[in-house]
Formats: sequence, structure tokens, C-alpha cells
Amino acid sequence: MSVPTTDQRAPWRRLLSVVALGASATVVLAGCAGGTTEEADPAPADDAETSVTTEEFSITFIPKNLNNPYTTVTLQGGEEASAELGLVYNAVGALDAAADSQVPFIQTEVQNGTDIIVIAANDPNAVCSALEEARAGGAKIITFDSDAECRDLFVNQVDQTEVALGQLRQLFDQIGGTGEIAILSATANAPNQNSWIAAMRAEIESNPDYEWEIVAEVYGDDEDAKSFQEAQGLLQAYPDLKGIISPTTVGIAATARYLSQSVYKGQVALVGLGLPPQMKEFIKDGTVTAFALWDPSELAYLAAYAGQALAEGSITGVEGETFDAGKLGSYTIGANGTVIVGPLLEFNAGNIDDYDYISF
Amino acid sequence: MPAWVGRIARVREIPVAVAFVTLVAITAALNPRFLTPQSVKDLMLNATIIAILAAGQAMVIISRNVDLSVGSMLGISGFATGAIFAAFPEIPIFFVFLAGITVGAVLGAFNGLLVVTAKVPSLVITLGTLYVYRGINNAWAGGTEHFSGDRPKAFSALSVDTLFGLPIITLLAFAVIAVLALYLGKFRSGRDYYAIGSDPEAAMLFGIPVARRVFTAFVINGALAGLAGVLFASRFSSVGARTGTGFELDVIAAVVVGGVAIFGGSGTVIGAAIGAFLLTTITSALTAVRVDKFWQQAVVGILILSAIVIDRVSALRTARRLRMSQARAGETAAQGGSS
Amino acid sequence: MTTTNVASGIGKSRLWQRINLRDVAMLLALVVVIVLNSLARDNFATTTTVGFLLLDVIPIMMLALPMAFIIISAEIDLSVASMVGLSAATVGALVLREENMLVAAVVGVGVGTVAGAFNGFLVAYLGLPSLAATIGTLALYRGLALVVIGDVSVGSFPEEWTGFVQARLGATGVPIVTLAVLASIAIAIIILHFSSFGRGLYALGYSQEAARFVGVNVNQTKFWLFVASGFVAGLVGLYWALRYASARSDSASGLELTVIAAVLLGGVSIFGGRGSIPGVVIAVLLIATITYGFRLQRISDVVLVIITGALLIASVVAPSYFQRAREWWRGLNRHKNSLAS
Repeated sequence: MSVPTTDQRAPWRRLLSVVALGASATVVLAGCAGGTTEEADPAPADDAETSVTTEEFSITFIPKNLNNPYTTVTLQGGEEASAELGLVYNAVGALDAAADSQVPFIQTEVQNGTDIIVIAANDPNAVCSALEEARAGGAKIITFDSDAECRDLFVNQVDQTEVALGQLRQLFDQIGGTGEIAILSATANAPNQNSWIAAMRAEIESNPDYEWEIVAEVYGDDEDAKSFQEAQGLLQAYPDLKGIISPTTVGIAATARYLSQSVYKGQVALVGLGLPPQMKEFIKDGTVTAFALWDPSELAYLAAYAGQALAEGSITGVEGETFDAGKLGSYTIGANGTVIVGPLLEFNAGNIDDYDYISF
Repeated sequence: MPAWVGRIARVREIPVAVAFVTLVAITAALNPRFLTPQSVKDLMLNATIIAILAAGQAMVIISRNVDLSVGSMLGISGFATGAIFAAFPEIPIFFVFLAGITVGAVLGAFNGLLVVTAKVPSLVITLGTLYVYRGINNAWAGGTEHFSGDRPKAFSALSVDTLFGLPIITLLAFAVIAVLALYLGKFRSGRDYYAIGSDPEAAMLFGIPVARRVFTAFVINGALAGLAGVLFASRFSSVGARTGTGFELDVIAAVVVGGVAIFGGSGTVIGAAIGAFLLTTITSALTAVRVDKFWQQAVVGILILSAIVIDRVSALRTARRLRMSQARAGETAAQGGSS
Repeated sequence: MTTTNVASGIGKSRLWQRINLRDVAMLLALVVVIVLNSLARDNFATTTTVGFLLLDVIPIMMLALPMAFIIISAEIDLSVASMVGLSAATVGALVLREENMLVAAVVGVGVGTVAGAFNGFLVAYLGLPSLAATIGTLALYRGLALVVIGDVSVGSFPEEWTGFVQARLGATGVPIVTLAVLASIAIAIIILHFSSFGRGLYALGYSQEAARFVGVNVNQTKFWLFVASGFVAGLVGLYWALRYASARSDSASGLELTVIAAVLLGGVSIFGGRGSIPGVVIAVLLIATITYGFRLQRISDVVLVIITGALLIASVVAPSYFQRAREWWRGLNRHKNSLAS
């Protein structure tokens, strides 16, 4: 039984294969021969102070992921500041917030010779090796929202401890200092949430007024449906639960949604970090009494000004240095290269209608 | 052939139904609050969306295809719902349902068209459309999300209010699943899907319009994904670019756990729906029984594997029983003929 | 249509016989993409690009090799990304407990291999359909990764190891680990196209019964394929942990669909029995180059996602339409000839 072959076209196919291989070989050889080494042009830090004309620096924002409202508002601030400063502005990012997603984008910035990289690290370790390459090429690195070690400055919206304390205060105001409470966080390895939760636990340990028992810490993975189901689980597993803290905008909204539709509405207090337009309906219907956040656009705005200052050499990231931050005023660098933007913004029925400017 | 198919189908549903009842019983024994009215309502609501998706997917899988793009279709439909309400707050809810279902049906039709006209494997096509539809969702939504506060209270109430003790959207899901199950089980054209899934060439020779049936399956699956998207917007707080990401594997797991053979030709829509209920209940049950949070996903994986193994064992046993009974029937016929 | 598959499948596992129009077209597409990108952006055709691109592509390239084998033999492994995550998590967890890095690496790869063996046991010996079974193990292994490492991200790997993974070969910009990848590709080509085991895989993909007939030990073959998938996933997990200096429970989450898309784009038929390693390699490079080029020009990932999906669809739809167009054309000619005679 002979196997039929399509030999009629074999010569043509072989010719085409040869052409393709030849083309590939040419491309490879051309690449090897003409390949240059580094092309990232370093920021001209030395000359900036003496030259009369200001260099047009380039700044790129790399948020955790691009497709959510928090990021949109954040970038608005960054774009505004970049326009004021005359920076060449770009924003890139992945559509998911995985640990490795940002690395290719950092690599792009390394290759394009960007002067200032402002990044909210999805994972403190994964981004560092690429960021170090950027720094070696002369770029200035600023982290915002979520820190990593390999950076010149960290712009933090609110002091870590203050974020934790503010939420605990709100909870205390609603249910007093005793009772069972639970925490509904984002992903298991989210650095911001984990540091806030650690601060909360430390405060509960040390503060005599706070005698709550944290019965559970669950993860909603920053997904609406999952957070929703985790909230359900909490209430089923812990019938005496008096309060839930959710330091993530997705988690608090999902929990609020569940509570407002269930028999637990009004019986279980909910505090955390939430987006005003999203939480407004829950304040209005009484599910949530108070929650907190900050203005995300101020983060990126400040970061852009800090980046400009770093790039032109007027600051180097050392504690005590000051720099101008446009409409936000003047800022001083704190310990460990951290700049705090401001206090926690607290929202309740009294002021929720004022905050439509954080609009999406 | 019809009664034969029916009997097999019923047998395949039993393992998953038993598993479901056992799970609920054990969990309720360990934590009585698992069966309070609020909890039961929650369980039903949780399962509703995945059950609808599983029903549609079952129809596709029974015909020896698969649709991986359901998550992306749900996302587009859900965001469309949010966008429509945001733009036209006074629009009648019925129209929004219609819009969502239509959007889903169109996306499903595109899948079906490619699978049927290009005669290429549906796994490949729908993997491609998974990406394309997700991209479209992102291109449309960008960073915008629509929140439940911008949707009419009456719309959100569909996921809260009950009728005859069941949440309205769950009743809707039951109705849809019942209609689909009836169609596949009792109507000639519905049973064609089993024939197509068992042996496509034979089905064609038999005169079954394979292309039309398969195309219909994808359209219906898309329409159900669209419906699920509208219900998602009713139930949850926000819809945006990431809505529905990753649902496809959950849905296929539910369908498989529900006794639908992945190669097609057997299983029922009801079984798939029970599978959906089982999988969503497992997650709630693990939390209710306070299983360590780090172990929960692993346990879900073990349970999915157990369900597949049990289903396989019972299918093998049924096949063996059939073969033996057919052999016996052949013997008696031969004996009867020769005597 | 299955008969033409047979004609082009059986007896044609020799490499040069398998290089077909599709692979050539893909190679030309790759060349075109490289050229276009080099013209659009002068920092594309540099050693830096080569370095970064290869580092990025290694996980997918390595995973695509056993995946191609598995799909050619008419199975599928959806749990590869979870096995990568489990291995990475194991390596990280051991390093966290102050274990010797070498021990951690070996155990990590071993865990991946065991996971693959379990998959093989389920599919080959319990006879479970691989699509269903590997969806179950996808969830199981991801869950075990969470059990193993919990909610931390481990980054404290020894410098020698993380440095080695990123080290380049002199001034060419090519990472040293690429050599291992090239070796793996060569091994895969030899096994698939120049050995009887490889021919058995094609037979298996075409028909299990026919393969048994020609003496292929179906169960053993399938089992070892899944073991290989697990072993490679273990290696990739180690690479992942070192390259990103980050081991987490969700490492490489979702990667399985990317790998499968690349393999399918490379001409491997999901029905089994068709495909070649060179085709898969070219497809992986094509997707990687398009991705890299887009990102270098800061084109939004939204466009990238849509194009990737469209490319995958076009890659299967176009040949089918061409085939039918050709048959229609031939049918016309035959009709003309029969009229003439």
C-alpha cells in the first residue's frame, strides 16, 4: 500500500523553503553584525544644573494593570503633572496584575532610554532585576502605591500605619473595642495589603482599647465574584462576626453588595478602602457607615514632580531633601526614601456627595 | 435508540446528584448555619450564573465541540449591560436582557460560523475568540467600570428578591435549563446533538443537518453567556474589562463533573447544572467548615478529579452491562432462530 | 477529510518531509515581522532585544515542546502552568527554609516530574480523558502550590543562580540558558522526527487502535509523555523563580493557554497526528517577536491580544479555505478535462 505524496508541488515548496531559510539567515547575520550594545541614553544629570535650557525628560508610568478605574484616575494626575513639567509622558502596562507582567514593560523602557520610570510593583522581587538594568542605564526609578527595594524614591499615598489605624478607628467608632472581626484582603501575596494588615495586627496587639479577635483572614483575589463568595463564607462560618475590614476597593464593594442584599445588613460593620463612586450607594442605603481612601491622582502627580527633581539632580532620594510638587506644595523626603502624600481621606454620609470629582 | 440514550443519561446524573446531596448533608452536619434560609439563598444565587453557562456548554460539548470563549462573552455582555443602564437609566429592564442575550448570540454565532464553515476544531477557534473577545472588551471598557449604584434598584433586586422561596434569577436559570433539557431530551432535533457527538459522519449519513445543529448550539451557548452577563451585572457590584476572566475552565469543570462526556455523545444539561451547583457549593462548604484557606483550592481540585474518576468508572460499568446484555440478546436470538 | 490527513500523516515523520507550505509561510511571516519592526524602531534590531526577547520566550518555548508531543498524540495537558507554579513554589519554599539551593532546585524539578507522572497515571492507566483530568490537576496543583508556599513571595535566591540565568553570551546578547533550550529543541526534533518512538506518536494521534496494531505500547507512551511534560514544567518553574527572583503560589498562572495557542499556531492539529517541532518553534518565536515589537513601540496590549487571537483563528481557517478553494479549482479543471476528452 503506497502512500500517495504530493510531489507535483515539491520542487516549488523546496524552492520556497530555501528562500525562507536564506531570508532568515540574512536577518540573523545582519542582526549579529550590526548589533550595538547599549542604546539607553543616560539622563544628563551632570550638565542639567549648569545648562540654561531644561532637558525634556521622558517619564513612563507602569501601574499594576491598566484596565481598572483606580489606575485611570491615578494616571490622570500623572499626565497633568507631566504636562505642567513639560515631560514626555507615557503609560504602559499589562491587562493583568501578575507578578511577571510588568517585566517586559520595564524592559521596553530600558531599551527606549526613558529617564523616569514610575511603577506600582505587582511583586517586590520580580521587577527588581529589570529595574536595576534601567538604573544602570541612568534612569530614575520611583515606586508608588506598591513598593519594591530597587528604587530611588517611594511615593506612598498615606503612611502605612496610618492606613491601618484609620480603618481600625472607623471600626471602633461603629462597634466598640470588642468582638469577632475578619479581614477580607486582595490576593494572598499582595504587598500593600499584607503590610497594612500586619500594621493592624500590631496595633490590635499593643493598643488596650482594641480587644477584637481576628477570627479569619480571607482572600478575594481582587475579583468581584470571589470576594463576594468569601464574604458569604465569613458570615456563615462565624455567626458572631461583628465587623469586617476590607483594605481593597474590590473587596469592600463586593462585601458591601452582599451585606446590603442579605439579612446581615446593618448587623455587621464594614470598613476598609473603597472608591467613592462605587461605595456611594452603600453609604446611602446604610450598609456602610464610613470607609477611607485617598485621591489616587495625587500619587502620580507627586511622583512626576519627584521624578523631575531626581532627573535634573536637585534631589538624590536622601532623607531630608525637599522638592517642589506643583499644586501640592513642597515635600520633604522621609525615612527610607519614602514620601508621604497626605492624610487618609475618610468618607461617610456627610461628605460622600462631595467626592464625585473622583469620577470614572 | 431514544430509550437507550435516556437510560444512560439518567445513570450519569446519579453520581453527581448523590455527591451534591452528600456534600450538603456533611457540611450541614458540621455547621448547621450552612442551611439557614440566607445561606441556602446564597448557594442558589452563587450557582445560578455558572449553571446557565454550564447548560449551554453542555449542549456544545455533547455535540463534540467546546466553547472556550464563554468568559469573554460574559464579560462583553456584562459590560454592555452596565453601559446601557449608564447611558439610558430609564430603559425597561426587559430591553437590557434582550440586548445582552443578543450580544451573546451574535458572538456565539461568529464562533459557530467559523467552526461550521471552516470545519476547524472548535477548541482552536474558541481559544482564538477567547482572546479576541477579551481584547474587544478591554478596548471598549478601558479603565471604566460600571457600578451597581448606576443600575436601577429593580434590576439589582432580581438577584435579591424571591418568588416561591427561590431567588428570581435562579428561577430564570431553572426555566432556561428545563427548556434546554427538554429540547435535548425529548425533541427529535434536540436528540440529533447526541448523534452528532457520538459519530459525526454517521449522523451526516443519517440525514441530520450537522452544520445547522452545531451552529445552533454555538448560538444558544452564546445567548446563554449573554444572559449570564446580564445576571452578573444584576448580582455583583461592578462590570468592567476583566469581568468573566477565567470562567471558561470553571464552566468546563462543572460540565465534566456533571457527567457530560468530554468527547460528546452523552450526558445531560441537568447533569451539567448539578455539576455547577456542586462546584460552587464546594467552595462555600469549605469556608463554612473552616477548612484552612490554603487548602481550599487543592481540595476543589481533588473533588473535580474524584468526580471525573467516579463518572468514568460508572460509564465503564454501564458500557460493560450494555455489551453483556446485547451479547445475551444476540445469543437468545440466535438460539431462538436455530431451534 | 480524514483520508487526506492520513495521506499526509503516515510515513511522513521524517523532518524534511514534514516541512510544508504552512511552516514556510510562518517562517516568512517571522522574517517580515522582524524586518518591519527593525524599520519601525531602530532599537529593535539590537543585542538587547535579542537578550530580553529570548529570556521572555524561554518558558513558552520549553513548555511547547512536550505539549506538541502530547497534542500530536491526541491528548492535551492543561495543567502545565500549575506544574510550573508548583515547582517554583517548592523551590521558593525550600529556599525560605534555608535549604541548599541545589537541593531546592532538584526537589523542585522532581516535584514537577511527579506531578506529570500523576497526570500520566490518570490519563494512561485510569483512562480518564486528558482534557477533563488535566483541568482537575490544574486546580489541584495550583492549590498545592498555595499549600507549599502560602502567601509569601520568595526572592532570596543566591546571586550565582539568579545571575547565571540572566547572564549573556559575550557581546551577542544571547542568554547562556538559550543553549540549553536549543539542545532541548534538538532533542525534541530527534525524538519526534527521527525515531520510531516519534513515529509511534503520530500513529497514536491518528488512531489508538492502529498504533497498538503496529506495536506501540499506548499506555506506556502516553504515561512518559506526561512525565516529560511535568519534568519540563519543573525546569521552567526553577527558571521562572530564578529569572524573576520571585517564587509565588500564582507563578505562571494562565500560561497554559498561551502555550497551547502557540503550539496550535505552529501547525499541530488538535485532532492529533499532525505537526512538527520546527513549526512550533517558529510559531513561538513569531508570537514572541510580535509581542516584543508591539511593546517596544508602546502599542497597547489590547491590540496585541486581539491580533494573537485573530492570528490563531486565521492559522487554522485560512488553510482550510485554501484547501477548499484548491479542491474547487481542481474540480473545475477535471470537469474541463473530461469535457475536452
